[in-house]
Amino acid sequence: MSSQIESLVNKEYQYGFVTDIESDAIPPGLTEETVRQISTRKNEPQWLLDWRLKAFKRWQSMTEPRWPNVTYGVIDYQAQTYYSAPKSVKPLQSLDEVDPELLKTYEKLGISLNEQKRLSGVAVDAIFDSVSVGTTMKEELKKHGVIFCSFGEAVLEHPELVQKYLGSVVPYSDNFFAALNSAVFSDGSFVYIPKGVRCPLELSTYFRINAADTGQFERTLIVADEGASVSYLEGCTAPKRSTNQLHAAVVEIVALDNAQVKYSTVQNWYAGDKDGVGGIYNFVTKRGKAFTNSKISWTQVETGSAITWKYPSVILQGDNSTGEFYSVAVVNNKQQADTGTKMIHIGKNTKSTIISKGISAGHGQNSYRGQVKVLPKATGARNYTQCDSMLIGNQCGAHTFPYIEVGNNTATLEHEASTSKIGEDQIFYCKQRGLNAEHAISLIVAGFCKEVFKELPMEFALEAQQLLGISLEGSVG
Amino acid sequence: MLKIENLTANVGEKAILKGISLSVNPGEVHAIMGPNGSGKSTLAQVIAGHPGYEVTGGTVTYDGQDLLEMDAEVRAQQGIFLAFQYPVEIPGVSNAYFLRAAYNEIRKARGEEEVDPMEFLDIMAKKLKVVEMDEAMLQRSVNAGFSGGEKKRNEILQMAVLEPKLAVLDETDSGLDIDALRIVAEGVNKLKRPDNATIVVTHYQRLLNYIVPDFVHVLAQGRIVRSGGKELALELEEKGYDWLLEPAGASA
Ligand SMILES: Nc1ncnc2c1ncn2[C@@H]1O[C@H](COP(=O)(O)OP(=O)(O)O)[C@@H](O)[C@H]1O
Ligand SMILES: [Mg+2]
Repeated sequence: MSSQIESLVNKEYQYGFVTDIESDAIPPGLTEETVRQISTRKNEPQWLLDWRLKAFKRWQSMTEPRWPNVTYGVIDYQAQTYYSAPKSVKPLQSLDEVDPELLKTYEKLGISLNEQKRLSGVAVDAIFDSVSVGTTMKEELKKHGVIFCSFGEAVLEHPELVQKYLGSVVPYSDNFFAALNSAVFSDGSFVYIPKGVRCPLELSTYFRINAADTGQFERTLIVADEGASVSYLEGCTAPKRSTNQLHAAVVEIVALDNAQVKYSTVQNWYAGDKDGVGGIYNFVTKRGKAFTNSKISWTQVETGSAITWKYPSVILQGDNSTGEFYSVAVVNNKQQADTGTKMIHIGKNTKSTIISKGISAGHGQNSYRGQVKVLPKATGARNYTQCDSMLIGNQCGAHTFPYIEVGNNTATLEHEASTSKIGEDQIFYCKQRGLNAEHAISLIVAGFCKEVFKELPMEFALEAQQLLGISLEGSVG
Repeated sequence: MLKIENLTANVGEKAILKGISLSVNPGEVHAIMGPNGSGKSTLAQVIAGHPGYEVTGGTVTYDGQDLLEMDAEVRAQQGIFLAFQYPVEIPGVSNAYFLRAAYNEIRKARGEEEVDPMEFLDIMAKKLKVVEMDEAMLQRSVNAGFSGGEKKRNEILQMAVLEPKLAVLDETDSGLDIDALRIVAEGVNKLKRPDNATIVVTHYQRLLNYIVPDFVHVLAQGRIVRSGGKELALELEEKGYDWLLEPAGASA
């Protein structure tokens, strides 16, 4: 019965092109001087430079974590370029000033920065290598008091907000990659939704790595003030290159009392070729802090990257706060993913939901790693975890590492897990109804991921489903 | 329409079909009966193109083409439908979505326009009546959590929607109570046309009270040991299969 599900043919990655553009880059290597230069390039205030330098010192004393269930070679941090920006991008430039070559790049990626042509209802911040190229719909948002801009701009225009919340959820000392990011981060997005405001548009940031041997270290900070709500989406692509590139981002979300933040990611970084050459190393720290009655929801569809190391988490600080994590992680060919979440219950009657769907094909290795921690004061805490794995073929793997710590005996925790294999019988059943094998697989996989897809904003649910189809294309013979 | 000659097939190393010949013409209903394990489902799966069965000899032509050269989905697109003895579950995919995907693939293969979800709902409304099924079934995941009877009815619903030229029903009657049996059988009868044909696989004669076959074949140990008209089914009902098996076991 092994005839049908067999080895893989790699589908061309359609975002693998390179934009030919002149860049201003700080030469490779990482010293205190590099950190100072980045800060100078960005005209930063002293407090931020000081913070970066503290982070850098801390990073130097830390070692790269090797506990994730992934294997890769040594990363030479001195061989990386930490800052690269298209020369044409000026600080605080308006959209009309964006280099046409860059606009073309984004058009090719399916992201129009032309406001007239845009999907109505979505505002975009476009990040190219180390800098933001432009942010759309800013005026419209301003009417509602919403701030949506590049991180660099926020530092210059809203320093009090940035200073107050930067590092308040992910301290620079949190972990090796967070410390690295804190020292060298170059740009990212900043969002502030004022009290009681329901953000009228979907906000989205599109990350593009272009330059070779350059890492992308962006930082996103989202603050929803009391009673505010926002839905935010992040998308990522990179050219095909035969060397590995580092992406070490930090995302911090603050949901103040009664606020709601929904953060969705469609991650499609270049995954390397079918033999595992090239691809992005995606080492990301994402965490939210939920205050009283607030809710933070992470939804991720992870199809790209050679290696993924990522645990979007929620600190349920306030009473009655809610944390959610909905994840689809796909590995094909030689991809490896170690991803999951942490739900830290501190407040009373806090509630968390974890739905994780791991799909492994080819020689891919997929690990779910999740922690649910209930602190002694978290009376009435509840968690529901569902962790499902699907295997396509015989050479891939799925692994589950749940960690549960309960310090309060009124807590209710439920855990369900399953592993299934796309069977030849399922594929044959679909074929007997006239569907070809690829259509059958994408249908079966979409069914498997349904609970996660329904959490995505409508505009992106279809895109995610198609992306999944593409990344599994060729996974059956 | 379908011409099987001297067909032999294996599962792994084991020979299951040991030389089957069978001709089916448009408008005909053939019943294939026989004891458990005689190879009935194997024959049905080989006709549908299941890759787990290896054809080791013989030929099968369908509308003048070499059926054995065609991929399973092509066979389906060309009008071959198998109602599975054990329908497969596809969690998270709604029956309606699945059926529309199938319907559109088959239309595409015929060079016809695909239909959108709204048009499809209208088509479905009519077809649901054929099998007396509730609309709510459309929103449930394909076969997931269906009772045995619901699964079988769902197969007939799919058949009603896809309008095959050649339908093979594999033990569609087993596990059905008498009412469900009647509904399924009437469904099959309503779908009967002069230009399509049906092969009904069963090991009870009771289904044949409702679906009257033109021919009855008895399959035993991988061979057709007897063919006849509908009266053969009654004879089998009375005498069982043993008298047909005797020659093979006579020396024992
Ligand atoms: N997938 C399979 N793997 C192993 N043996 C099989 C498989 N399918 C059928 N067989 C064997 O082939 C023979 C015929 O089975 P089948 O065609 O299902 O019979 P029937 O439908 O007449 O009851 C049986 O001995 C059965 O055990
Ligand atoms: Mg059978």
